Amino acid sequence: MAAYTIDLNGRKRSVEADADMPLLWVLRDVVGAKGTKFGCGAAYCGACTVMLDGAAIRSCQMPISRVGARKVTTIEGVGASPVGARVQAAWLEVDVAQCGYCQAGQIVAATALLQKTPKPTDAEIEASMNGNLCRCATYNRIRTAIHKAAGMPTPAGEVAA
Amino acid sequence: MNAHVKIETPRLSRRTMLRAGAAAGGGLFLSARLPGIAAAATEQTAARTLNAPTLNAPALNAYVKIAPDGLVTIVAKNPECGQGVKTMLPMLIAEELDVDWKDVRIVQAMNDPVTYPRQFAGGSLATPMNWEPMRRVGAAGRQMLIQAAADTWGVPAGECSTEPGLVRHGASGKSLRYGELAARAATVAPPKLETVTLKDPKTFRIIGRAQANIDGPAIVSGKPLYGIDVELPGMKYAVFHKCPVFYGRCLEANIPEVKAMPGVIDLHVIEGNKDLGGLSSGVAVVADSWWHANKARAALTPQWDEGPFGGHSTDGYDARAKTLAPAAPQQILRKDGDVDAALAGAAKVVEAEYSYPFVSHQPLEPQNCTARWDGDKLEIWTSTQNPEPGRQLIAKTLGVPADHIAIHMMRCGGGFGRRLSNDYMVEAATIAKRAGVPIKLLWSREDDMRHDMYRPGGYHSFKAGLDTSGKLVAWKTHFVTFSRDGKVVNSGDLAPSEFPAHFVPDLQFGTSMMETLIPTGPMRAPRSNAMSFVHQSFLDELAHAAGQDPIAFQLALLDQPGAHEGYDAPRMAAVVRAVAERSGWGKRKLPPGHALGFAQYYSHQGYFAEVVEASVAASGRVKAHKVWVVGDVGSQVINPLNAENQVQGAVLDGIGQALGLEITFAKGRTQQSNFGEYPLIRMADAPPVDVHFLVSNHPPTGLGEPALPPVIPALCNAVFAATGKRVRSLPIDQGMLKTV
Repeated sequence: MAAYTIDLNGRKRSVEADADMPLLWVLRDVVGAKGTKFGCGAAYCGACTVMLDGAAIRSCQMPISRVGARKVTTIEGVGASPVGARVQAAWLEVDVAQCGYCQAGQIVAATALLQKTPKPTDAEIEASMNGNLCRCATYNRIRTAIHKAAGMPTPAGEVAA
Repeated sequence: MNAHVKIETPRLSRRTMLRAGAAAGGGLFLSARLPGIAAAATEQTAARTLNAPTLNAPALNAYVKIAPDGLVTIVAKNPECGQGVKTMLPMLIAEELDVDWKDVRIVQAMNDPVTYPRQFAGGSLATPMNWEPMRRVGAAGRQMLIQAAADTWGVPAGECSTEPGLVRHGASGKSLRYGELAARAATVAPPKLETVTLKDPKTFRIIGRAQANIDGPAIVSGKPLYGIDVELPGMKYAVFHKCPVFYGRCLEANIPEVKAMPGVIDLHVIEGNKDLGGLSSGVAVVADSWWHANKARAALTPQWDEGPFGGHSTDGYDARAKTLAPAAPQQILRKDGDVDAALAGAAKVVEAEYSYPFVSHQPLEPQNCTARWDGDKLEIWTSTQNPEPGRQLIAKTLGVPADHIAIHMMRCGGGFGRRLSNDYMVEAATIAKRAGVPIKLLWSREDDMRHDMYRPGGYHSFKAGLDTSGKLVAWKTHFVTFSRDGKVVNSGDLAPSEFPAHFVPDLQFGTSMMETLIPTGPMRAPRSNAMSFVHQSFLDELAHAAGQDPIAFQLALLDQPGAHEGYDAPRMAAVVRAVAERSGWGKRKLPPGHALGFAQYYSHQGYFAEVVEASVAASGRVKAHKVWVVGDVGSQVINPLNAENQVQGAVLDGIGQALGLEITFAKGRTQQSNFGEYPLIRMADAPPVDVHFLVSNHPPTGLGEPALPPVIPALCNAVFAATGKRVRSLPIDQGMLKTV
């Protein structure tokens, strides 16, 4: 065990953990922030997506010892940025969630995308979001919500919610 | 569900009682209770909740609290796993109570079979079972509030009416808000539920309007909601390392070595029992974090007795099915007319063999359960679709009275039928008992994929005859399925009423079985998710063999007078015609390489017809570009916002299954272990899904399942239309479709 200080949603947190403990488990079981979800433990599903300095990463693959001074943004803190707040609002307006379990990862991934690419093409949306599984398959509405958050019209062929 | 089971809308019996009284903190509470059913459900009948719901014996309880400030709290009695029932059931009460939806707060019930029998999520049954009883509860509350106002004013109740949240006396212009009336209403004698007057649906303000998921704000902000999020003071974490072979047993494990690993608190072998839905044999690891527990598990090198299943494999099943298929069926499930004579006399005979694999549920939240013992009392927090059988399972396995066990129903991160089984609950209770502290048991993804109750595979040999006009005159099926101890496995049966039974004069369904120990169970649209593929694909083959348009061919079948109890062919014909219209079937110029495929299927009381536009690249890659869905689920789509979401999700789930999902077995082990080998559908493969409902004069029915079955054959039929290659096994072999 070693002590680490992480910058979590704009606040410094001291945690004690093994060097190889993934950030996911530090967040969930050491810090007690349950919003970031465990889905596969192998970077296939994206349920554990968080931002490190604004880039979406799979927290199940990120040892706490490698986080360093980078800013960690989770679903609990994503609404602090204007883009994140717009994404959350769009998710509610479109009523994306069914079970909702993957949506924390989806929202964080969508926020990372729109912060970097404010008006993404459909191909850019697909490339950024394809790593995030939704077992309820709410993909039609995820696309629509991203368009709404970006201030773009509902995608061609999609059903406006 | 059986394809054509007729399910009555529950009627309220005379024994229905409504209880009302003063709520703690003031106000009115209202609960409907059916004592006979409740008493029966506590002990004996609860375990059969899902498989044999006694639908004509309604068991509904609802609970409403109206606070003096006018806020209305409604209990959502059923588990929420993404089907939207936590929002939908309270809508029914709120509508008839006549309150503003914004004044409604919803709380999730605990498992409580005395107050709330039938707390399960399955079979798309929440709507048909609750549509009328829940509204009657709301209407009774409204009637009591009117009576309270009438008593206050000294006027006849008949002169009073309601508007959302208040009672008005038309003649005097007086009004009182529900919050002001709640205390007095609690003293009014509750009416018999069967006597209350329900609203004219034309006046609905909540039902039929888009109501957002009640947990939406908590979901988008990452609030703890799910079983996996539960945290208790002093809680420790557990993993349970089960034998990779079904029915295998742990003989010994390197316990001292692993026990010395960081964070490990306890390690022990669990003997298990012979019930695969119960407690398997394996090694339990308890640690100060799940990470430590799971790391320690990786260092385990247990000795297993692999038991009788160690030699089983998918290859073995395939080979056995090949020998069974050409032989006479072991059992005849249905025999109409003389199929062999009809085949001998047919102008054209078509034969084909179809098969589909085992598949796994894979809800995204892995199975988990938190258990806390206090003496001989046990408290459980878990994501379950079916809590009461879990309680009974713990009671039976651990020898504790069921009424010593309380279960908190947490929001489920998906269910799809997996959480109808409660093996994780008995594991957590067992591990926590020895640990003496609260335990959160969490399965890894690998645990979840290797220890599912899978949708069983199956093999169908078809022979059908067409007359000179291309009419389907003979149909013969030999279905090779799986059995355990000589009985067909869960979700592995063919309903004698399966379409086109009743619509072909000479028809025979035969079946043969092979033994397996693989645990099987219902998966979203159980049976229908497989039966739709084989039957609707073969019907498409027959249409082409007859030189007819596939939709015209099926309409010719449906338009015959052949409707039978529980199946309404004109309803199906109507959705078929509507989907043809909406998709531009036969009328629209398609982009090069694109083609349309059609299928229809009735399940869970819903009539669905679907068209898929697809293309197949030279590489063999199948792409669905768009799906049109028309469904008939009765007179009312209760929450259109969620209804569309459910249908889109079900359709994309089906496309994902068709494109890539397969579980195989070798040496008694499941060969897939994570999403790399079990590729659930992702955004890139998800086409837009156009959803349309036809309203019909029938009681509303559920939507979690019936949109899924038709999309699989519709996609495969589109692949045929695009390539001339017939998909006769799942998942679609895209290599077979390659042209470069």
